[in-house]
Amino acid sequence: MASLFEFLVAAFLVMGGVFGIVGSYGLIKLNDPMSRLHAPTKATTLGVGGVLLASLLHAAVFEEHVSIHELMITLFLFLTAPITANFIAKVHIHRQETRETMPPAGEDDHWATHDKPEDEERRTAGRPDAAQ
Amino acid sequence: MKLLRRLLPHPYLTLLLTLTWLLLVNGWSLNSLLFGFMLGVLIPFFTQPYWPNRPRLGKPLKIAEYILVVLMDIVQANIIVARIVLFKPNADRRPNWITIPLDLKTPEAITALAGTITMTPGTLSADISDAGHALLVHCLDAPNPDAVRDEIKQRYERRLMEIFE
Amino acid sequence: MIENAAYFAFACFALAMLMNLWKIVTAPDIADRILALDTMFINAIALMVLYGLALGTEIFFEAAMIIAMLGFVSTVAYARFILRGNIIE
Repeated sequence: MASLFEFLVAAFLVMGGVFGIVGSYGLIKLNDPMSRLHAPTKATTLGVGGVLLASLLHAAVFEEHVSIHELMITLFLFLTAPITANFIAKVHIHRQETRETMPPAGEDDHWATHDKPEDEERRTAGRPDAAQ
Repeated sequence: MKLLRRLLPHPYLTLLLTLTWLLLVNGWSLNSLLFGFMLGVLIPFFTQPYWPNRPRLGKPLKIAEYILVVLMDIVQANIIVARIVLFKPNADRRPNWITIPLDLKTPEAITALAGTITMTPGTLSADISDAGHALLVHCLDAPNPDAVRDEIKQRYERRLMEIFE
Repeated sequence: MIENAAYFAFACFALAMLMNLWKIVTAPDIADRILALDTMFINAIALMVLYGLALGTEIFFEAAMIIAMLGFVSTVAYARFILRGNIIE
């Protein structure tokens, strides 16, 4: 029984290591800036997730104390990864693209990162609560 | 009832904060439960001017189903992205922008959808249009952008629609 | 077996951190630099947790937690500063 858990912990560790290194390798290998965002946000999150799961299992089985800390770090990373990715994408759009180089924004005029104060005024002008 | 509502403006947040405190303490005792509950009452009470709206959540079963679907997709996403990074030469990759028209209206639902898109296979939400009617998504490898758009609308937006609206 | 697996993971994350450093030095644009720094934070968390596992202590979890929070806040603050020229308006 113990050897089964030993195998599981080792498998999680190896999986975490492989995904971690793939994420950072993608950062170097991919050739355009937006694609580079994909590798670290995804692969690294599962990399850390694997290590944290291994640590949780290791503590529970071999050190005989249950600790749920790890679960919290994993959850925290899963919740924050999309937000940081979104912010970095916005930095890229802000610095490298203009309204003309972006794809059309559906039924609206442009994307929020390229919003200017004049657009804000134009949008609120027609509304009754515009006078503030 | 009204008093309770004023004292506990966000019951879900209170629950979440209490739970987070218990996890931080990393153990179960009446002391930490009480202290966590105290924090859970005080923090929403003092910060309520910053979030006046109370998000409407329904159907706990649907939420559980959605979380399961997303968790499975996260694991799948990691494997797909790892394979693209390792084995696909840059010249063969077709990175692409996709515009997704949104049917969701509430900010919470749109945030949840954007987060889900980032965590799932090969897609990453980058921006929202100025009036909030479309979402800009970047694809790592999308030979067929329309199929990706339809899948996101079918798989995630429909489920979120049932949960939030 | 666990010991060897832990060594393997140590090597992987250390190499990953080196690659991130390389990317920070050679990055063409500031967005890439922020991204590399963020990835470095995540790899640091993994190394910290691994160290705690190898030594069998729990004391490193607090540190990993703090790094996780600091990493998130500093990445967002950095990105926001570039987007708006200001962090809290």
